Amino acid sequence: MHSTDIARADPAHLIACPQCDAIYRARMPGLGERAVCARCHTVLIAPRKRAGMIIIMLSAASLILVLGAVWFPFLKISRQGFVNEATLLDAALSFTGGPLLLLSLAVTALIVLVPLARAILTIYVLGPLVFDRPAPPGALRLFALAEALRPWSMAEIFALGCAVALVKVADLAHLSFGPAFWMFAALVFLTVIHDRWMCRWSVWEALEHGYGARRPKGAAA
Amino acid sequence: MSDTVTDIPAITARGAGLVACTRCTRVWPAETARCGRCGKALVSRDTHSLSRVWAWWVAGVLCYIPANLYPMLRTQVLFTVSEDTIVQGAIELASHGAVFVALIILIASVAIPLGKFAAIAWLATSVRRGSHASPHARHRLYEIVEYIGRWSMIDVFVVAILTALVQLNLAASIKPGPAALAFALSVIFTMLSAQAFDPRLIWDRADDDSHDRAARA
Repeated sequence: MHSTDIARADPAHLIACPQCDAIYRARMPGLGERAVCARCHTVLIAPRKRAGMIIIMLSAASLILVLGAVWFPFLKISRQGFVNEATLLDAALSFTGGPLLLLSLAVTALIVLVPLARAILTIYVLGPLVFDRPAPPGALRLFALAEALRPWSMAEIFALGCAVALVKVADLAHLSFGPAFWMFAALVFLTVIHDRWMCRWSVWEALEHGYGARRPKGAAA
Repeated sequence: MSDTVTDIPAITARGAGLVACTRCTRVWPAETARCGRCGKALVSRDTHSLSRVWAWWVAGVLCYIPANLYPMLRTQVLFTVSEDTIVQGAIELASHGAVFVALIILIASVAIPLGKFAAIAWLATSVRRGSHASPHARHRLYEIVEYIGRWSMIDVFVVAILTALVQLNLAASIKPGPAALAFALSVIFTMLSAQAFDPRLIWDRADDDSHDRAARA
């Protein structure tokens, strides 16, 4: 395509690579195919069949798992007759003295509040779209917020931290995993699948034009 | 797809007199101030990007120093109290035979933060002065830095878990040291530094360089 052609095209029909600023005429690839930036290879569009519904179900599952993981103990320790169990909130709020309180707030946000907020925002924004309803009020801003929160959602790092903690005190006391640990392990798995199914461009387009406006042929909700 | 693609001068939003939203990839006429779709403020190139990168970078490095000098953990077993810094903790683990876990800690808490400081500093100077490394290689490095930065938080989480869990009266108890806060701040500041970097600058420089070469030929 000549640069003059693309410069004259309606900007609404273009897509810009967020990483290198190259612009292309936006065209929905077939299901399972991906549109990739020719210059820096960033994936621009990657639609999947029934992605909306799958992402909503994953978010609902994540929501239940985070809430469950908060209340059930995730690690249990015993030594010389003393036994202690810790829930996620115990760990998040364990830094109590003075400036370390800040750390407690940060840890609570990173492992409980941010994953929870992302799940709720995703359901709120995508739910109506999947059922062919108009986008809910504030959907664009809230989806932008969910995207901004993505790097700060650290549940999977916390799960690996549990495993390290287990080894670290192995010679100090006996440790065992509680139900919440397994919930967290499942959550890690769900987060990975969630990110693989999410095609951000499709969501932005759907929020702007209504769901199905640029749906690839044969794709259902 | 091969790397020969780089030689094709890409049509950029800036080159076409347009401005792109880096959040939702929508394209607008150049003078648009705010993305009409997602509401993000639009700038063709974030000229303040590098000053913000350096500001967060310096904050991250400054916090990383006390994070390594002060103890991360205070472990009390019966009547003996021991204090471990990050590196001492890893050595302790390795001496008990948990070499693999010691390696995870050393990689997440020492190698990754130091590597990130070096990588961000190099990327930020290279977009100013140019570099012999291809924009592909530098862009790849940027993606790795963005992806891997969060994993440094693992040591902070380990301290949180141990503090909550190991409270067995006199038998054993663990308390966090001041380094935990410094380390968490260092990780957060470095993440903000990487996020402030505008990767489009890597590719602009490559465009300018190839234009220079074309002009000279």
